[in-house]
Amino acid sequence: MRLYAVVWAGSFRRYATYRTATLAGVFTNTVFGFIIAYTYVALWHLRPHLGGYGLSQAVTFVWVSQGMLAATGIMGGGFENELTERIRTGDIAVDLYRPADLQLWWMAQDLGRAAFQLLARGALPLLAGWSFFDLTLPHDPLVWAAFLAAAVLGLVVSFAIRYVVALAAFWLLDGTGVAQIAGLAATFWSGMLLPLNVFPGLLGQIARALPWSSILQLPADVLLGTYSGWDVAGVYAFQAAWAAMLLGAGRLLQSAATRRVVVQGG
Amino acid sequence: MHGEAGAFIELDGLEKVFDVRRRVGRFRRETRQVRAVDGISFRVARGEMVGYIGPNGAGKSTTIKMLTGILTPSGGRVRVAGIDPSRERTRLASRIGVVFGQRTTLWWDLPLIDSYRLAHRMYRVPDARFRENLDRCVELLGLGDLLHVAVRQLSLGQRMRGDIAAALLHDPDVLYLDEPTIGLDVISKTRVREFLRDLNRDRGTTVLLTTHDLQDIEQLCRRVMVIDHGRLLYDGGLAGLHEAGGSERVLVVDLEHEAPPIELADEPSVRVTRVEGTRQYLAFPADRSAAPLVARVAAAYPLVDLSVREPDIESVIAKMYGERADA
Repeated sequence: MRLYAVVWAGSFRRYATYRTATLAGVFTNTVFGFIIAYTYVALWHLRPHLGGYGLSQAVTFVWVSQGMLAATGIMGGGFENELTERIRTGDIAVDLYRPADLQLWWMAQDLGRAAFQLLARGALPLLAGWSFFDLTLPHDPLVWAAFLAAAVLGLVVSFAIRYVVALAAFWLLDGTGVAQIAGLAATFWSGMLLPLNVFPGLLGQIARALPWSSILQLPADVLLGTYSGWDVAGVYAFQAAWAAMLLGAGRLLQSAATRRVVVQGG
Repeated sequence: MHGEAGAFIELDGLEKVFDVRRRVGRFRRETRQVRAVDGISFRVARGEMVGYIGPNGAGKSTTIKMLTGILTPSGGRVRVAGIDPSRERTRLASRIGVVFGQRTTLWWDLPLIDSYRLAHRMYRVPDARFRENLDRCVELLGLGDLLHVAVRQLSLGQRMRGDIAAALLHDPDVLYLDEPTIGLDVISKTRVREFLRDLNRDRGTTVLLTTHDLQDIEQLCRRVMVIDHGRLLYDGGLAGLHEAGGSERVLVVDLEHEAPPIELADEPSVRVTRVEGTRQYLAFPADRSAAPLVARVAAAYPLVDLSVREPDIESVIAKMYGERADA
């Protein structure tokens, strides 16, 4: 496991070296935070308690989602380009010579990136939102810890989905289209666009059952105190189940894809 | 065990057959079998340094992939250090090092030292051993000033040296090198070759070297294996390659005036390969002396100047490939 810890730490440091990009990202997240927060303020004035959130909770949701956006990687910036490039050029064959598990390797890398971005691109926008809006943030450190655990599980689910998408792109000539569709789907179904609990009836039920809800909606709800006690364990179980299923699917695709690369030469 | 004593790498009738599907017309597909490796047998003793050469697509990479266990053979038997590679790939991985001239195993955006720390954990090298190996590689490969430079900022020669070090930090028993000097300048090439020679001599690391640069082979390997179309064409000393390839020396003569191609009676093995004005090129078997031939030409033609060209290994091998292609 120490190997993956080194991979994780290396990736964290790698992203820490991109200072300008990080600053630009923080700026963007903050600007969008303000835009969306004011949109929500208008919306919640028209429809108070929409989806069960009060105005303060709704605005908190906005800033939490902006803080987590980069870390989740659902709009790009993750490991995918690198992986598809390594598959395309055949460099992936080199990775196979190592006594390491390919999927765990990439996951450690992606989680290292996410950890850095959760800190750098999460904390600052949230701080900006907190100074301008009345946010509903917990006082209990245990709730923060519970949120963090849910966020990590969400990041694993996000990785697992993107790993499948990146590998699927391997059978297509150009993976950009699939990646874009996957990005849009993730943005919508994770709650990044609107909290999933505002969706009525069947649509809401479907949205909450899909894996993307693990990425943002559930961690945010844990932070907002929607879940407590054993319900939090239920959230974790839901996330873990999706993570296991999607990682398994990734593994199947991975062995098919690498077999082909190995055969093709290089 | 039916291997020779000391055989470290053993191949017996190794085969790899791929099914290649091809579209024929709109809907039909045709499956064709490609024998990438077609019954190769050889043994490499511990501490040997062997050149493994062949044209592109000859089956070199496929062989290496089976030796490292990332491909499963279709037939035959392969053992490296007594291990069946495809069955115990991870166990074998800690005993082999792999270097590709055209690919890197290093972490692109991070300082060189980070990739080495990674190797430390990946191969579970004891700390003291790691320190010792790193110091040695840094010294011999001149990496001292580069350890804290991001890999993407290294020159190709520096990166190559960095890659070689990365492959050796876990003391592998065998090192597979795939075109380790490709794209390097003369000085970098020399440096890499010297390092490999010392590594093989001082530490007894078995080396299997794949290359298109025959100078690599001439300077490093006493034994060379030539492969084409998945079969072993030659396995032996570098010198013997000339005989096996039926190589020829060339007598270049400058005449006083232009003349039709030189013809010598009862010398069927001597033939003119080229005429350039007054200059003619006569090929003759490499194992024959040039002196009697020169005498006969001088007696019959107005000779101004002459020189004898030795066959180079490249043309020998090119000829070998060519014969196979015609066959």
